[in-house]
Amino acid sequence: MRRYVIVGSGVAGLSAAESIRQQDPGGNLTIVGDDPHGYYSRPGLAYYLNRTIPEQQLFPRPASELHQLIPNRIHGRVTHILSEQHEIILAGGRHLAYDRLLLATGSRPAPADFPGNELHGIVTLFTLEDVRCIHKLVKQGKTAVVVGGGIIAVELAEGLAAHGVQVHYFLRGDRFWAKVLDETESRLVEQGLEHMGIQLHHRTQVAQTLSSRGVLTGIVTKTGKTLPCRLLGVAIGVVPQVELAEQAGLAIDRGILVDEYLASSAEDVFAAGDVARVRDPLTGGTWLETLWPTARRQGQIAGSNMAGAHIVCTREVPCNTVRIGDIITTTMGALEQRGDAGILTVATNGRASGQVVRPAWEVAHDDRTNRVRILVGERAIVGAVVMGDQTITQPLFQMIRTETDISPIRPMLVTRPESGIEMIAAFYQQTQNIHVHT
Amino acid sequence: MFTISRTLPITLKPKSLHVVPDASRCMQCGICSFNCPAGIDVRAYAWRGLPVDDSACLTCGECVRRCPRRGLQLEPMKLPGKNKA
Repeated sequence: MRRYVIVGSGVAGLSAAESIRQQDPGGNLTIVGDDPHGYYSRPGLAYYLNRTIPEQQLFPRPASELHQLIPNRIHGRVTHILSEQHEIILAGGRHLAYDRLLLATGSRPAPADFPGNELHGIVTLFTLEDVRCIHKLVKQGKTAVVVGGGIIAVELAEGLAAHGVQVHYFLRGDRFWAKVLDETESRLVEQGLEHMGIQLHHRTQVAQTLSSRGVLTGIVTKTGKTLPCRLLGVAIGVVPQVELAEQAGLAIDRGILVDEYLASSAEDVFAAGDVARVRDPLTGGTWLETLWPTARRQGQIAGSNMAGAHIVCTREVPCNTVRIGDIITTTMGALEQRGDAGILTVATNGRASGQVVRPAWEVAHDDRTNRVRILVGERAIVGAVVMGDQTITQPLFQMIRTETDISPIRPMLVTRPESGIEMIAAFYQQTQNIHVHT
Repeated sequence: MFTISRTLPITLKPKSLHVVPDASRCMQCGICSFNCPAGIDVRAYAWRGLPVDDSACLTCGECVRRCPRRGLQLEPMKLPGKNKA
């Protein structure tokens, strides 16, 4: 009976366990995780923070189901991997032997870049314990500062505002998420945040924290302004947790280096999720993606390969949907190519498929904002941002993923962007029909 | 009796709707299941990427409306044998 050990109880670990069970039902499966709550929906934390759902809703699997899937679940920290002996050592000294090991240790929040980030009152949004801590703190303090330019920072700011906290959101640059969104999109999100009562401070950074007996009392900005607050939310990115692998001598490069089968440099040791940097056999380069769906997919592949399959993990077109500033926003493809030679930007406001008669049974979403921006290459669409109405998202994603040749509609698309969405929808439909009939 | 009751939904409601998830959008937050008036664990279907197949489903669209990532849609059911080459 093959012994499988998974380190990490997040979505990559759970998906791997499911794949292993499927392929090797008789295998001996153990999962070790240092989060006392085991597997829960990390992306769901934002909705628990703003009280859309109760805490127990974060747990997708009943304990009985989890027990059936993984009978051996250990809450603990792994301190060492003895890859030669095929063993891991837990804190406390217990040895655990494996035939196949998966490192799904995930990432952790990047530490704040100002002194005093250990104070009571400084929070982030990463684990269930973080949200529990925030729920206690919002009862004491009614002013908060949030720093960070990404999705988690916005979810933190929105969650705190939902509790009636006066939130000051600090942005380093001139606008929100400038790396991905264009100016109009950034402003739309910012307006949405302001509508929630969140006060934005552009080009503002925390220089230092103020405290009394270990408790946060305020912050000082780099321009010398003091702002009293009892809460400071920090979400400035994540770093992969590679220490365990590093200590074991595995190849590391800003993540655990794995081949296209998600196998690491050590025999019978695999890695998946936020911690894995995957080699691309086509380009020779490597990639690491800290997205929940990617972690799930890698977990599935790693689990299958641990059980004897040979599935290649290729990089998919990135696609992520979030609700920011109360606008459903999907980003997909190579948005950083904006401004590159040969790439044109086509943007249109209004309901994405306003001309299309919708069936009576369709659920109406009352989107306040609708905008679609498409990055058009020489022959294909390379990226897109869809805000509000998401009807066009699937066709766009499929066209990006399959590099659909859009030559027949490209000139019209560029000259008449206001009709762009209808053109794309019709063209997509046409290509699908051709595909079905051939 | 048993056979008839099993075939009824197909024969009497050929164009009924069902909730179809887009598994790539689902983050398992459980808002859908929490708000389902029929108490269906919609999220479990979404994890597997399968349409909600539960006779208790009212197709009220509450889960579709509430999903924060627009990961659910109401779609007409496909009849068995249809759309095949």
